[in-house]
Amino acid sequence: MAGHNERLPTSDTAKQPDHIELKRVGLSYFTPRQETEALRDINLSIGKGEFLSIVGPSGCGKSTLLSLISGMLKPTSGTVMIDGVEVSGTSPKVGYMLQHDHLFEWRDVLSNVTVGAEIRRMDRVKARRKAVELLERYGLGEFVRHAPSQLSGGMRQRVALIRTLVAEPDILLLDEPFSALDYQTRLTLSEEVFHIIKDQGKTAVLVTHDISEAISMADRVMVMTKRPSTISSVREIRFDEGEQLSPWSKRQAGRYHDYFNAIWKELEDHVVSVI
Amino acid sequence: MSSPLYERYLRTLKRKQWLIGLARLSVLAAFLFLWELAARLKWIDPMLTSKPSLLWSSFREMATKGSLLHHTWISTQETLAGIVVSMALGTAIAVLFWWSTFASKVLEPYIVVLNALPKVALGPIFYIWLGDRYSVYGMAVAISVIVTIIMVESGFKEISKTKLKLMESFGATKLQMLRMVLLPASVPHFIATLKVNVGLTLVGVVMGEFLSSKAGLGYLIIYGGQVFQMNLVMVSITMLALLSVILYGLVNLLGRYARKKYHHET
Ligand SMILES: Nc1ncnc2c1ncn2[C@@H]1O[C@H](COP(=O)(O)OP(=O)(O)O)[C@@H](O)[C@H]1O
Ligand SMILES: [Mg+2]
Repeated sequence: MAGHNERLPTSDTAKQPDHIELKRVGLSYFTPRQETEALRDINLSIGKGEFLSIVGPSGCGKSTLLSLISGMLKPTSGTVMIDGVEVSGTSPKVGYMLQHDHLFEWRDVLSNVTVGAEIRRMDRVKARRKAVELLERYGLGEFVRHAPSQLSGGMRQRVALIRTLVAEPDILLLDEPFSALDYQTRLTLSEEVFHIIKDQGKTAVLVTHDISEAISMADRVMVMTKRPSTISSVREIRFDEGEQLSPWSKRQAGRYHDYFNAIWKELEDHVVSVI
Repeated sequence: MSSPLYERYLRTLKRKQWLIGLARLSVLAAFLFLWELAARLKWIDPMLTSKPSLLWSSFREMATKGSLLHHTWISTQETLAGIVVSMALGTAIAVLFWWSTFASKVLEPYIVVLNALPKVALGPIFYIWLGDRYSVYGMAVAISVIVTIIMVESGFKEISKTKLKLMESFGATKLQMLRMVLLPASVPHFIATLKVNVGLTLVGVVMGEFLSSKAGLGYLIIYGGQVFQMNLVMVSITMLALLSVILYGLVNLLGRYARKKYHHET
């Protein structure tokens, strides 16, 4: 799927390591007042090009999990591996997309999307070319010289995604990237982002609290329990209508409601037991 | 294309602005007129209050024959240097506090105490350490640097943590965060700090000159008071007012330019 995959499939006769792998990962936060055990015994592996959605009660440790994969947090116990190498610190292989776009208002759109490339000291000209190409491809070509404040919320989030893509990560971590948007923009944008991610052949981990978003975008949906959080279940999302459905058509597909109800029920149990 | 109604709205807006400007000038004119009138009609004693016409003639005399412009220039220099040094030093210290939480925690109580301490009290120390000329700079910086640190630091704190988290996710170093986020995001804070600094540094300069100097507008004012020359005092104060107006105007221009450059909407 990924056109620029450097790994030669023939040379690897042994079992290929998973793209992202968490082994018995636990994480506790320490503050002067208390110790918060956010994650406990998380075992998870994610394949190349896969799209995984994570849902769970709020405050259960979903963002924490993403921070662990990104290398911004070190696990208290267990290991996080990317391509068979233990994660220690942030890596160019991973791109992060947050709830708020955090575009820099003192930069225009173009120099906003090259921020990551600039930090990583990537080739300036190449980064620029790639940025313009992506902006044009995803409908922002005429806004290259605009200030972020001149864009709508949905457009700003698309710019934020392109900023992540210009830095050329293999893995995209999306932490509730649509939750600050109104419902209609959310639907459209999640559709667009899905196509961009598939188009670019990236591996994606999406945290959301919108169950239908989770189902319609992902190959698998993972449900987490309340704190200390463990994995409650991981579901393959498969539709009889076909393999390559868009989020929009998945929402209309036959098994969609069964998935929705099952996940809803599961989450409800966790949320209720919190109260 | 704007509608006639909108045009009318703009015209009224403009007229209102004109009116405000006109009223401002009238207040000044009325004040000067009453002052002159009162002095001429001996409602007040011109020996104690001087009067505008006399001020004007002494200004011309002092500007051509005397050294008024020289003294003004000295004070201007001291003020500009004071502003530049406190901005640079204050920003540097604020950056240090952001860089090292440890340093910031350790030094916090000292900053609080220094901020509360009346800086004038340090005058004699500056005089002994720095001499009559440089003690003025010492006073100017002492008065404005602490406020600069506090204002710039609070600006840094306002910058959202997640913006820095975003930088971190790209593997940014602290230096990159500083250069790419903290400094540009703080432009509005720098302008606000600069505005406060103009006023404070002038206070420091005049105070320093009162205490020790042999030149500058503060010195002229003290000297004029001692030899009972109200003209000299009043002219110097007027020059001081002019100086602050000009500096304030410059900062405003700079602020407008910087805001535009960095797309910070007002
Ligand atoms: N930096 C931190 N220090 C202390 N506790 C934290 C920190 N970040 C998160 N937590 C706590 O860890 C738990 C999980 O947080 P988070 O991963 O943000 O949850 P989620 O994203 O699922 O809502 C929460 O209870 C939160 O209060
Ligand atoms: Mg979260």
